[in-house]
Amino acid sequence: MSETLQPTGTMYLIARHAASAVWLARYIERIENLARLLDVTKTFSHDDSDWLTILRINGDAIGFNKRYPEVSQANVARFYLLDADNPSSVQAAVAAAKENARTLRALISTEMWLQINVFHGRIHALSGADLTPDRLSTVCAMLKEGAQAHVGISEGTFYRDQCWHFTMIGRYLERADQTTRLLDTRFHVLVPQVDAGDPDIDAGKWHALLRAAGGYHAYRREHPHGYRPVEVAGFLIANTAFPRAVALNLSQIEWHLTQLRLRYHLRGGARALERVDNLCTTLTHAGVADLVARGLSPFLDWMQREIGALHGDVIDGLCGG
Amino acid sequence: MAQTAGTPTQTQSQTQASPEVQCLLQGYDPVGFFCETMRRGQPPHPGLDLLRARLAQFPVETLRRRAVDAERDLLERGITFTVYSDATAIDRILPFDLIPRVLTAAEWQQIETGVIQRVRALNLFLQDIYHGQKILADGVVPRALVLGNAGYCETMIGFDVPFGTYVHVCGTDIVRDETGRFMVLEDNARTPSGVAYVVENRHMTQRVLSDVMAGLKVRGVDDYGLHLHRALCDIAPQGVSDPQVVVLSPGIFNSAYFEHVFLAREMGVPLVEGRDLVVENHRVFMHTTAGLAPVHSIYRRLNDDFLDPDVFRPDSALGVRGVIEAWRRGNVAIANAVGTGVADDKAVYAYMPRIIRYYLAEEPILPNVETHICAEHDALAYTLDHLAELVVKPVAESGGYGLIIGPHATRAQLDDFRARLLADPSNYISQPTLKLSVSPTLTDSGVASRHVDLRPFAVTGRDTWVLPGGLTRVALRAGTLVVNSSQGGGTKDTWVLA
Repeated sequence: MSETLQPTGTMYLIARHAASAVWLARYIERIENLARLLDVTKTFSHDDSDWLTILRINGDAIGFNKRYPEVSQANVARFYLLDADNPSSVQAAVAAAKENARTLRALISTEMWLQINVFHGRIHALSGADLTPDRLSTVCAMLKEGAQAHVGISEGTFYRDQCWHFTMIGRYLERADQTTRLLDTRFHVLVPQVDAGDPDIDAGKWHALLRAAGGYHAYRREHPHGYRPVEVAGFLIANTAFPRAVALNLSQIEWHLTQLRLRYHLRGGARALERVDNLCTTLTHAGVADLVARGLSPFLDWMQREIGALHGDVIDGLCGG
Repeated sequence: MAQTAGTPTQTQSQTQASPEVQCLLQGYDPVGFFCETMRRGQPPHPGLDLLRARLAQFPVETLRRRAVDAERDLLERGITFTVYSDATAIDRILPFDLIPRVLTAAEWQQIETGVIQRVRALNLFLQDIYHGQKILADGVVPRALVLGNAGYCETMIGFDVPFGTYVHVCGTDIVRDETGRFMVLEDNARTPSGVAYVVENRHMTQRVLSDVMAGLKVRGVDDYGLHLHRALCDIAPQGVSDPQVVVLSPGIFNSAYFEHVFLAREMGVPLVEGRDLVVENHRVFMHTTAGLAPVHSIYRRLNDDFLDPDVFRPDSALGVRGVIEAWRRGNVAIANAVGTGVADDKAVYAYMPRIIRYYLAEEPILPNVETHICAEHDALAYTLDHLAELVVKPVAESGGYGLIIGPHATRAQLDDFRARLLADPSNYISQPTLKLSVSPTLTDSGVASRHVDLRPFAVTGRDTWVLPGGLTRVALRAGTLVVNSSQGGGTKDTWVLA
């Protein structure tokens, strides 16, 4: 007698858990981005103004100035690595990631939980001794590796049901957001110098910008002849192969939203899908050239608002608001 | 199997003790207590003999190293209870002693049948006191004790539950005296906890002590979730072909949250909080990514008081408004039922042997600890005569308040207590001071005997199933009888030999 294999029944995902999945991925991704920024700034900075840039990227300049006397490597590193009262610190991010993982503990793999638990312990144990210039890179490497281990363990062990799709949406939202922020704060500093007629004058800054996004070598392969603002912007915004390019992340979000609609018949994602479709059409290379010519900053502001709104569409439409 | 044959293993070298190495049972002396491992005076038993021989060869330092590894492992895996202070969450492990506690097949047979009998009696008792109240009319249990009990819930009067099952999950606390006799110390019929540790302790033993376990036939504990899920489907509203079960937790701030996660995961069902559920037209739904989805069976780890602000505490933010009415209308199942607290009450406990005889016309398979109900004339007289030897407990209190331990009390304390007892005898029960059984346990100064108890878990839907073994709690402080985790208690893996 042959056994019959019934299709599995409807598996529901609690709306609040979907929101936790989005946030879990965003917080982990944020830790990696922060580690990249700190590491690159430490390696390539020439003066304390570069440390101010990190504060600007995260919109933290005001919060920082209230509590720290001056912008310096030591203070900014402390603000981001040790200061649990700073909501954009790795301490706050890993604590939030762990709380979300705790909420999702029945859904994520035991390996994922174990890794976050240990990673949290490691970050929690950081102290002033880890912030010295000779140790800072090691700490940043540990943070990047921890976040990457999370991604890798998820890839290999996380059952790919609804919860996984929401986690992926969170990850790509955060990457898109971080890349626009990075561009926004650096580009207006860089472009006027290029316009002044000396494209090589601050190759180091372009270099640092691409390194912070983890895309320096890939960019070199695509554009071996130096730096042109329009190409850097195009690479970070419109490229469809670079993992942190905005367009790539948006198209991934589109795919996951479509899966949620097709496989799980979720109807609440319509607004999010519409928005992500529109964004994807805008972010072509031709479009980007146009935008750079007309001034990138207003466009990046708009894009950041759109990514924020997309997050809102996902949460409101699918995660119970 | 074949590919590992002949490969030298680490365990051989670790457990081949040289003469100067201190081994586990060296100098171990359970002095006058029944030892769960040594069992002096009992006939040989192949499984126990093998275990004893292995422990006798096992170096203390090796065990200590493995204990350190196990502790770190528990912490990293988050097999913990969480203590929140200020805004910080601190994960604590329940101390785990690696030396297992063993039950023979014959012993387990008695415990299993005894627990099943007790659960049947508890359910029949609850059915009766919420319906015809025959047992009260027949004067077996005092009317006032039941109807005036804080755990008695008037909402339940006249309400039928499927299969007459009120106590779907029961934890029966069992101890053993110096002769090795099992006795029930307490019934936990509301929301007993600890089952997650039973399973996680086993996994830990399999990871770190496989050499001690090898070849012994120990009954598995991995199918608790299957049985619980089946029971929850049994009691789901009729006509629902594939019932949606959920675990209802107070949330991540609850100290037992890990166990709630464990249960949801083992059953493959959503772990929800009150805010995830809503009642519409007396039906329960959960907020999902696809909108509202029906819920048919709720395993709740929330006390009665918090379950439904319409019926119980109006300030409860953890519960689900209207869930009790949905239940009463037969649209959802709730386990355990509301109002079971009256059955695991300390005073009602004293009547359990009579309750078993009354409903089942059987002798209790597991006796109570001998209990004198001071409301009864002879029992009061006995208690007054033997005050210095007994433990006397007020029935209305919990957490060990207001009791007196005769052998530890001063003359003045005894006189004072005598006056209180005489003023209100029906508020008291008395029991002999117990010589609880012990088990070899790793301590800072080598292996020593420590007192243990046992909490088997019984799952009941249509019928009752008991998880082989249960949670063995161990009083890690020398001399103390208190096994509660809040007071220095730990746990052990419990092996039921097949």
